Amino acid sequence: MGLKTFPGGIHPHHSKKYSENASIEEMTLPKKVVIPLSQHIGAPAKPIVKVGDEVLVGQKIAEAGGFVSISMHSSISGKVSKIGKFHHPAGTMADAIEITGDGEDNWIELVDDSVEDLSIEELKKRISEAGVCGMGGAGFPTHVKLSPPAENPIDTVILNGVECEPYLTADYRIMLENAEEIIAGLKLLMSAVNASKGIIGVEANKPKAINHLKELTKNEPNIKVVGLKVKYPQGAEKQLIYAATKCKVPNKGGLPMAVGVVVQNVATAIAVYEAARYKKPLVERVITISGKIVKDPKNIKARVGTFYQDLLEYCGGTSSEIAKVISGGPMMGFAVPTLETPMTKTSSGVLLFDSKEAHKDDENTCLRCGRCVDVCPMNLVPSLIVNDVKYDDFDGALKYGALDCVKCGSCAYVCPSHIKLIQWIDIAKIKIAEKNRK
Amino acid sequence: MNKIYAVSAAPHVKQKISVSSVMWQVVMALVPALAVAVYFFGIQALMLSLYGVTAAVVTEGLIQKFRGVAVTVKDGSAVLTGLLVSFNINVAAPWWIPVVGAIFAIAIGKQVFGGLGFNVFNPALLARAFLVASWPTLMTSGWIPTNMNSLSGITNFADLSTKAQDLITSATPLGVAKTIRNIDFLGASDTSIVMNKLAEIATLKNLFWGNVGGVIGEVSVAALLIGAAFLAYKHIIEWRIPVSYISTVFVLTYIFGGVDGLFSASLLLPVFHVFAGGLMLGAFFMATDMVTSPVTKKGRIIFGIGCGLITVVIRLVGGYPEGVSYSILLMNIFVPLIDRFSIPKAFGEVKK
Repeated sequence: MGLKTFPGGIHPHHSKKYSENASIEEMTLPKKVVIPLSQHIGAPAKPIVKVGDEVLVGQKIAEAGGFVSISMHSSISGKVSKIGKFHHPAGTMADAIEITGDGEDNWIELVDDSVEDLSIEELKKRISEAGVCGMGGAGFPTHVKLSPPAENPIDTVILNGVECEPYLTADYRIMLENAEEIIAGLKLLMSAVNASKGIIGVEANKPKAINHLKELTKNEPNIKVVGLKVKYPQGAEKQLIYAATKCKVPNKGGLPMAVGVVVQNVATAIAVYEAARYKKPLVERVITISGKIVKDPKNIKARVGTFYQDLLEYCGGTSSEIAKVISGGPMMGFAVPTLETPMTKTSSGVLLFDSKEAHKDDENTCLRCGRCVDVCPMNLVPSLIVNDVKYDDFDGALKYGALDCVKCGSCAYVCPSHIKLIQWIDIAKIKIAEKNRK
Repeated sequence: MNKIYAVSAAPHVKQKISVSSVMWQVVMALVPALAVAVYFFGIQALMLSLYGVTAAVVTEGLIQKFRGVAVTVKDGSAVLTGLLVSFNINVAAPWWIPVVGAIFAIAIGKQVFGGLGFNVFNPALLARAFLVASWPTLMTSGWIPTNMNSLSGITNFADLSTKAQDLITSATPLGVAKTIRNIDFLGASDTSIVMNKLAEIATLKNLFWGNVGGVIGEVSVAALLIGAAFLAYKHIIEWRIPVSYISTVFVLTYIFGGVDGLFSASLLLPVFHVFAGGLMLGAFFMATDMVTSPVTKKGRIIFGIGCGLITVVIRLVGGYPEGVSYSILLMNIFVPLIDRFSIPKAFGEVKK
């Protein structure tokens, strides 16, 4: 029997060799951090400090802006030096709090509780208080995912250790080096939603991680480690659920809970564990700094709000001129205009490309070759959506499935005409949303 | 620290593929078929192909200049069209036939619609239809036999009547098949003998290697399969159209192909129909033309079945011996309609 997977998808070169064997290093404290108020899906957090306030590491500096939102904490000790607009990893300018460090590393008081004794309410409260959100990329608030309505009982928690984006190795390294915390986090997540099964999905190109996790869970009858076929986007939520459980999450906005599943990233599981045991807020994470031109590609445990510039300097800079800076992976990540961009809770990587790798192809006309149709993991007709968008026919785009697009980029990856399909489909999504609001 | 970098939309990595790499790879895939044609027909096969290619490239360049758009003759698409036009021509045709065909294909088949990506019909097939309508004799007679003085691929025919021998030596395989569907032409007993000879292994071998009469590009099944395998390996053609097209022809000729009613044919007769004429060239290189075939997966199967159905109808009951080119042209018309009615269900589609 072949490895489990999903229909469609592509096989980009995985380019993980640069950093996959680099053990996680804890970075020296940055002198300054910028904590964006929106690092997640949902309402931005609201600042509760003002310029000049002294803050400790882990001290709350912004309150969740609603239920679907998370709180923010200072990641270094020092002084609030500015509240205003800063560069954001999504390539935009966004509200953030700047903290200038005092050179010390003074933390708020942490605890060391036995996690087995925590009630479900206390557990969820600690996760929410720690400002934990999904650390795989989208950043959905974790406490919200753990509070499904009563009509959607959850039986399975899936941990996403797929890491199908090329270059990124942060999740791989934590699966090798922090597997005990991941498994402890998974057990907490299972108890939080009363799930009987836990699955850790890992792509088959990480055999060391699979074997290590299997070894550690061999006496856990409820937890299964599943090796998945190496194919992009194997780590997309719906595709992962399908590969692991054969359940299809309903389209048109359906959520995993509709099939009794909650998916969390492996890094999130660690954050959950630390929040539950130590009441430790999410102020640091492992991030991959990579690219052919990076002198010493690394997986770094760094504080939230650290500038890309500082991360890159810690890796020895680049061997040739940078042409493109990418937040996250090369398939779904955002190109940012400056290294003066802070990493956030969802930053899995920073990639540096030279001018040769940063391709700038002009769009040609669609050949109607259908390669985008063949690879679309959501079974859409990307080329016809784009055709309709180009002629302002957003009803047509809707009919061909524009709203079901998960923006994985597989279509644009294989397009011989170099059409920027994701950008066009994004336009469709925005226009359709505008129309629905009217 | 204030350096500003260029930004662009994701994805930031891309497969190494472009319009011109696709086109040139299809051209390369046609080289084996051209080589076999030169082997059997002589250097004239190559010359006619060069005339067609040159005319196509020059026409494309001139029209693009005239239209004031970028001249893209280097992308290989005009070369491919010119080559496919020539592949549809009898090697005995004069030099100007591929030239006129290629000019028509590019000017009327492609540029009138707005150029690459916008044409409704396969340009090479449209040109072929134009040439057949304009110079029917030049296009459908005067076939040059390969090395054994038998156009049809049947080699052992000494025991047959003179009339049957004349037919076998002077008609293409599908021409023979068409003629004997009129049983009165040879009489019942000779008809069934010739029918069996068409579908015997020796004949099929000749068809497979290309030792038969026909247009330049269609004769060798083996050479076309090599090219098709290369394109499939490179993910430039996809299995749905060729497989559904060829299977439809196979099944329908098995059921209706015999001269004594339903299912009267041997199992080798459908093999004959698959190997003979332009089916291999059509199914792998013309019906799969990206611009003029459906983009949806289900649509490609409907398209292939439609092509197969029309091909068989023309071959068995129509006025021409061969129906591949008209079947593809007719199905080209339905492509937008097929796409519209074959939109796939999205992953996780909720039932209404």
